[in-house]
Parts: sequence; C-alpha cells; structure tokens
Amino acid sequence: MKRSKIPQLYGLMAEFEDPTDVVTAARRTYEEGYRRINAYSPYPIEELSEAIGFHRTILPLIVLIGGILGGLAGYFLQFYVHVFDYPLNIGGKPLHSWPAFIPITFECTILAAAFSAVFGMLALNKLPQPYHPVFNNPRFALATRDRFFLVIEARDPKFNHEETTRFLQSLGPYEVIDVET
Amino acid sequence: MDASHTTPVETSRFQMRALIVGIICILLCVVGAFLITDGLRQFFHAYLMGYVFWTGVSVGSLAILMLHHLSGGGWGLVIRRILEAATRVIPLMFVLFLPVFFGIRTLYEWARPLETIPEGHREVIAHKTPYLNIPFFMGRFVFYFVVWGLLMFFLNKWSLEQDRTAEPGLRKTMQGLSGPGLVLFGLTVTFAATDWVMSLEPEWFSTIFGLLIMAGWGLSAFAFVIIVASRLANRPPLAGVIAPLHFHDLGKLLLAFVMIWAYFGFSQFLLIWYGNLPEEIPWYLERMRSGWQYVGLILVLFHFAVPFFLLLSRNLKRHARTLAIIAGLLMVMRLVDLFWMIAPVAEVHGGGALGLVLNYWMYLLAPVGIGGLWLSYFAHQLRQRALLPINDKGMENLLEQAAAARHHHEPELQGIDRPEHI
Repeated sequence: MKRSKIPQLYGLMAEFEDPTDVVTAARRTYEEGYRRINAYSPYPIEELSEAIGFHRTILPLIVLIGGILGGLAGYFLQFYVHVFDYPLNIGGKPLHSWPAFIPITFECTILAAAFSAVFGMLALNKLPQPYHPVFNNPRFALATRDRFFLVIEARDPKFNHEETTRFLQSLGPYEVIDVET
Repeated sequence: MDASHTTPVETSRFQMRALIVGIICILLCVVGAFLITDGLRQFFHAYLMGYVFWTGVSVGSLAILMLHHLSGGGWGLVIRRILEAATRVIPLMFVLFLPVFFGIRTLYEWARPLETIPEGHREVIAHKTPYLNIPFFMGRFVFYFVVWGLLMFFLNKWSLEQDRTAEPGLRKTMQGLSGPGLVLFGLTVTFAATDWVMSLEPEWFSTIFGLLIMAGWGLSAFAFVIIVASRLANRPPLAGVIAPLHFHDLGKLLLAFVMIWAYFGFSQFLLIWYGNLPEEIPWYLERMRSGWQYVGLILVLFHFAVPFFLLLSRNLKRHARTLAIIAGLLMVMRLVDLFWMIAPVAEVHGGGALGLVLNYWMYLLAPVGIGGLWLSYFAHQLRQRALLPINDKGMENLLEQAAAARHHHEPELQGIDRPEHI
C-alpha cells in the first residue's frame, strides 16, 4: 500500500451483531488508547457513550446561558418600554413595577433556553450534514436497524492501518472494513 | 430472605432518642405557655405551625405514594417503604390535633362569640359562619382524616399482601385506588389548608392557597424521604440497590416541587399585589413590614433561588449526601414559610432582643417537639416491614440493574481514567 493512499482513509469500521459485544469492544478500544472513536447503534445505549469516553457536552452550559440571556432580554424589553419608551400610568402603579414583569421574564427565559437547546444540539452535532464518510460502507444502513458499528478514525494519533485492523479483528466483529473519506 | 430486607438496627436507638427529645420540647412549651405573658397565644400558634408541617410530611408522602403507584418507576420502588411508613403516622396526627381543638378560640377569630369580635370584622365573619363554625370545622377535620386514613390503610394493606403472596393483580388494585385517591387528596388538602391556616385571618381569602399548601406538603414529604433514603443508602438492604440514578430522579422531582411552590407562591402574590384590593392586600402588607419582610426575603432566596440553582447541577443530584443537605435546607424553609404565614397573626409584641426571643422561641421548640413524636413513631413503623417491596414486578428489573452495575463498574473504574468525573 502506498503512503499517499493513507490520508484518503477516513478510518476503520467494525460491525457487531450484539449490543454487549460492541460495548465491550468500545471499552477495550478506549483502554487501548484510541481517542478518535465513535460508535453507532439503532437505539441509545448509555454504557456505549460512556465506553467511548463521551462523558460531557457543553450543551447544558449553552442552555443555561441562553436562558439567562433570554430572561435578561425579556426583563429589559419591558423595563425599557414601560419606563422610557412609552410610560403609561397603569392603576397608579410605579412605572417600574417588577412583579408584573416576572411572568414575561420567565416565559422569555424558557423560550430562549429551549431554542438554545435545539439549535445548540444541532450545532454541536454539526447538523445538518449532507455528507459523512461512514455511509461509504453500504452495510452502514443497518445501523438504524439491528447492527452496531464501531469506528476508529485515521487521524487518531495511535492509528496504524495494519495494527489497528488486527486489533479490531481481535474484538470479534462480524467484519472490519476500510472507510474512505 | 425477609430478615435481610429489614431496617438497620440503629433505627430503634433513634426511635427512643426522638421520643425523649419530642416529649421534653413539648413539655417546655407547655410550661412556657403558662409562665410567660401571652404564652398561650404563642403556644397555640407555634403548635399549629408544627402540626401543619408534620401532617404535611405524612399526607404529602401519601400523595407521592399514589403518584408512584400510578406512574411506576425505579425511583418510587426504592422509597416506597419509607413513604408507606410515613403515611402510617397519620393516626398519630389525628390524635395530636387535640391541642389545636383546645386552642380553637385563641387561634381563630371566627370561633369566638360574635359580640367580642371588633366592629370592622364582625359583618364579614358573620357572613362566613355557615362554613366557619366549630362543629362543622371539627366535622371536616374528622372527614379529612377518614379519607387519608382509608387511603393509607388500604395502600399499606395491599402492599404487605404483595410481600406475602406475590399476587401480580395487587399492583393494578393499588393503581386503581391511587387515581381517585389523588383527586380526593387534592380536595381534602385544599379544604384543610383553608380551615387550618387561611381561616386564621377570616377576612382574607386566596383561591390558590390550597395549592400553595399542597405544593409545600409535597415538597416537605419529598425532602424528608430523600434524607431518609440517603441515610439508608449505604447499608443493606438498600445498599447496592438504590443507585445514583435514583437519587438523580429524586433530585429532579425535588427541583420540580421547588419550582411549583415558587410558581404558586408568586402567582398568589402577583394577583393580590396587582388587584390591590382592601380585603386582600392587608395579608401581604402585614408580612412586608416590622421585620417580616426579612423572613419573606429569606424565603425567596433559600426556599427558591439557592436550591433552584443548586439542583440544576447533575453531579449534585447524583450525590446522595449533598442532595440530602439541600433537602434538609428545604425542610427548614418549609417551616420558615409556615412561620411567615402563621406567626404574624399572633401579634405578640414586646421590645428588644429579649422580647424577640421570648415571643418566638416556641416556634422553634413546638415543631421539634411534634417532630420528635412523629419521627419516633415513623422509625417504629419503618421497622415493621421489609425495606423493599420484594415481590413487586419492578423489583426484578431493579435488582438485575444493581447486579449489572456491580459487574460492570468495578473493573471499569480501574481501567478508564475519567478526569471529568468528580
């Protein structure tokens, strides 16, 4: 194999028939030192995300910041409108009547937090994504049905085509396939 | 099998201690009631506060138990026996109502002879006497306890039967009672809150008041259960079965209760503040001056803001001990909330720091006293049964999960470095 071919390789894909096998394999891969790994399953498996070292996302933080900003914006809008832009005497209450502002502030917080959650999730997942190399394996379509896939990317510092292939073979997969970019 | 599922032995020691502390505190309050000026007035109001609080833990537990029967889920299974033991304290609370009955004329303006009521209040109160009179008040009190007692009796009976016979149909039976049971719970608590707390100021009314007390009772019951569960989590039989996952769920529900309390509390305030009507607003005016505003501020901060932001954290919810500390704070805040509702009515005045102590010390001792009796009886009830409903259909799943967790986690913790985990 020529060296110039290697950058063309996206990674190696191992196919598993059993969810327990893929979790064990993912654990072994992580223990072996591979970090640029990903796993695909037709349904969420909590242990699997844990096994590939996927512990945390910054999504909760994005939602929190989104919520706080939304709340502040909602409050400020009311404050500006009632006190500066269009002051009205309502029932003899002070212009800056904070208790009346709370419900809208609350709703704006929820709205902004919900938007941050949806769009933050899409952005962090790099969605929408019209092309992804894993689909170059025609069998990958089974990832939405009854098969489980484990991918080690070629840009992983520990990646070595022959050694990694041998390693994946040792994990008892159905087959191991080269995935091109 | 049965012996391995009972409560740890320490509970019997706790039962004795709680009883002694409870009796001492109540005796001190009784002595104080007759010794200091306005002592009886303070005693009855403080007692009512403690009574409403601890009844709330029992009746709130009943509601959560029914909620669990309706919804299912591991979080409910692991705390079911704690909830059931807490509901079995309801008969004790029936008996402990006696002092409130003796103090009825001291506590409630409407219970006094009409001619002794100040001119300004008389007309409104006379108008309300068809509902607010002593015989009807006592009749309603008995009715609430009959409803709660029957729900408590049957749910506990069937649960015990399930332990013995493993009859799968019992699950449906308990579910069948819980639906109508929750409706009855909502109605009885609304009326009980109106009778016992809202009618302290008979000229005032708030339609959301029953829901506010209901949320408070649910919150205190939930906080209590979390504290007990965290104490039992490290010892058999709960050790290994109750997992961070369950505390996570309990923490989420606790957060929901904190939010619903704040939502009801603020709704009541917003509408009354906005309407600014002479028959509604005095309740808040009274509680926003002469020092009561600081109690209100404590509620906003520590009954809502601080626990709200702390409970957002995933790590905190999954850590039983820390979650129990927040739950403890919330139980204290439940008392502060009831203090803020009930104590201003007593209108006991007196100068200086000494006056402050003399006029309010029973509000600390009375809840502790009733709590001592309550906790002692609770510990006794908790020891009567296995700590897990071993024959419930869901238990199989739960024990399987626990076994799987033991298998997986031990080697995994050694093998994988997880720097992000605290």
